Amino acid sequence: MNYQVNENGYYGTFGGAYIPEMLYPNIKELRETYLEMIADPVFKEEYLGLLKDYVGRPSPLYLAERLSEKYGANIYLKREDLNHTGAHKINNTVGQILLAERLGKKRIIAETGAGQHGVATATVCALKGLECVVYMGEVDIERQAPNVARMKMMGATVIPALSGSRTLKDATNEALRDWINNPVDTHYIIGSVVGPHPYPDMVARFQSIISEETKWQLLEKTGNSSPDYVMACVGGGSNAMGMFYHFLDNERVKLIAVEAAGKGVDSGESAATTLLGKEGVLHGSRSIVMQTEDGQVVEPYSISAGLDYPGIGPQHAHLYATKRAQYVSITDDEAMNAGLQLAKLEGIIPAIESSHALAYLDKMKFKGDETVVICLSGRGDKDLDTYMKYFNL
Amino acid sequence: MNRIKQTFEQKKGSILSIYFTAGYPELNSTLNVAEALEKAGADFLEIGIPYSDPLADGPVIQNSSQKAIENGMTVKVLFEQLKDLRKRVSIPILLMGYVNPVLQYGVERFCASCAEVGVDGVIVPDLPVYEYEEMYRSCFESNNLSNIFLITPQTSDERIRKIDELSNGFIYLLSSSSTTGKNLAVSTQTEDYFRRIKNMKLKNPAMIGFGISNNKTFSKASEYANGAIVGSAFVKLLGCENYMEKIPEFIRSLKEG
Repeated sequence: MNYQVNENGYYGTFGGAYIPEMLYPNIKELRETYLEMIADPVFKEEYLGLLKDYVGRPSPLYLAERLSEKYGANIYLKREDLNHTGAHKINNTVGQILLAERLGKKRIIAETGAGQHGVATATVCALKGLECVVYMGEVDIERQAPNVARMKMMGATVIPALSGSRTLKDATNEALRDWINNPVDTHYIIGSVVGPHPYPDMVARFQSIISEETKWQLLEKTGNSSPDYVMACVGGGSNAMGMFYHFLDNERVKLIAVEAAGKGVDSGESAATTLLGKEGVLHGSRSIVMQTEDGQVVEPYSISAGLDYPGIGPQHAHLYATKRAQYVSITDDEAMNAGLQLAKLEGIIPAIESSHALAYLDKMKFKGDETVVICLSGRGDKDLDTYMKYFNL
Repeated sequence: MNRIKQTFEQKKGSILSIYFTAGYPELNSTLNVAEALEKAGADFLEIGIPYSDPLADGPVIQNSSQKAIENGMTVKVLFEQLKDLRKRVSIPILLMGYVNPVLQYGVERFCASCAEVGVDGVIVPDLPVYEYEEMYRSCFESNNLSNIFLITPQTSDERIRKIDELSNGFIYLLSSSSTTGKNLAVSTQTEDYFRRIKNMKLKNPAMIGFGISNNKTFSKASEYANGAIVGSAFVKLLGCENYMEKIPEFIRSLKEG
């Protein structure tokens, strides 16, 4: 089975580039150059150099002993939370800013939900001295004031998305509209494995450093580079795709993708896309989309802003359809408790997104000596407010 | 014969097409507006299928779409409304909408419904050439539907030729790379682009759209193409009180200044 994109931009029946003609030249330019650019030794050296010295990679693979003891397995945490800016998002923005630079682009745009991708984009723009415009739903701007301040400190302009439901989905629409209106000098840094081809593949490649490191780190620690289980949370799905990437062809490794059930999958307030969505087109690719019978995209809900997206990347849709990965969901309450538990057992406060992956441990049955890797995609600093309110801290 | 082709054969220049959103401002205003536009002198019409995430549209059409969805407009409801279309309207009608609602309705069913109610063509801005050719072309053609492609100042000559080959109605020439509802600023650059297209002597007629809002821009566009398309400016009018009464004057002033 092939889990990677084909030459037309499809993963099975998912993917493609459903974009208006105005974006065609930009997408074509990327499509024709990204593989060559990424493979270029000079690019690679600069990318890996920045990941090492600026981002702080490799991120540790940490054996969480007390957590392992509780669940009866060897549980390793891939510590993306220790990256500069606090999450996995920067792996992608470092890659894309180098690409934008090589394409001669002068202006960078991005969308952001919770603000993590916006911060990661503003960071690399400051690093390279490029103009940065971040679209953020008006509702999210209010909810995520510290990240808005971070972006501003680094010189980015944050523009509120006032259309639709004024959250991530609409911020993405606004960023795409900006790109339509500024087709020549602007590069759009999409933050997840979504969007028209080649974005899902490009972002997956930049995030694949996560599983690349995991393999050699695991080999070093256990003498075996393939774990029994690999787990990650999925909103659009970039940390999960990075975490799965180098394990996709090793079918002995079971992949578990954890979506946000919100207040429960039947509550009407959920973001469990594979369960509640059906095939459709959103933000330029054919995938699984939460929508009405008439094809109107519905607003998802999760306590975690990073998982609050009504679609998943097309490669995830393919992994779901082919059953290569198992897609499950975790409620707000389960995730919050898993976050608290990790803080108490390991002294690590995870992002609420990552807490969803952790929470699924409760639903698994281990034989005793299995190896599990969980992507700890981000740190919980940005979520303190939510944790405080939830637990009356 | 397809009504679109007929229109371009009968009328050589200054063809006026008007876009409006189905179900806006009221759920049942769709056909009344279409009828009034024909009476006022529009040459053909583009009826927009509202979508929650219209990424090629500016605020005016976004808002009309949102209102239309709130009013209860769906693809199904629209085809119900259009059952009487050919009793009331004789000019060509195109449906313009994003690909997802069409996919959910079913592409084959959509094409069949268009043919059944007398729709002549379809504009789906986010259905790209590759996907159209691979998956949808035969279905459109067997229902005698024109599929209208967009081109922009950034579209290469090679691709324009390809689009011309695939088109069977007219080509939608964007005045600039932009979302809908911006004002057309005619610069030498824009005129060079219009002239370049004109000199390519395409087999399909061309209509200029995006940024056409008054007689001045309409006349300018008509110098370089078979006519022009007005969308946001008209949708804005539909947002006013007594909009039905204002339609004749709006069309007159577009044509005559």
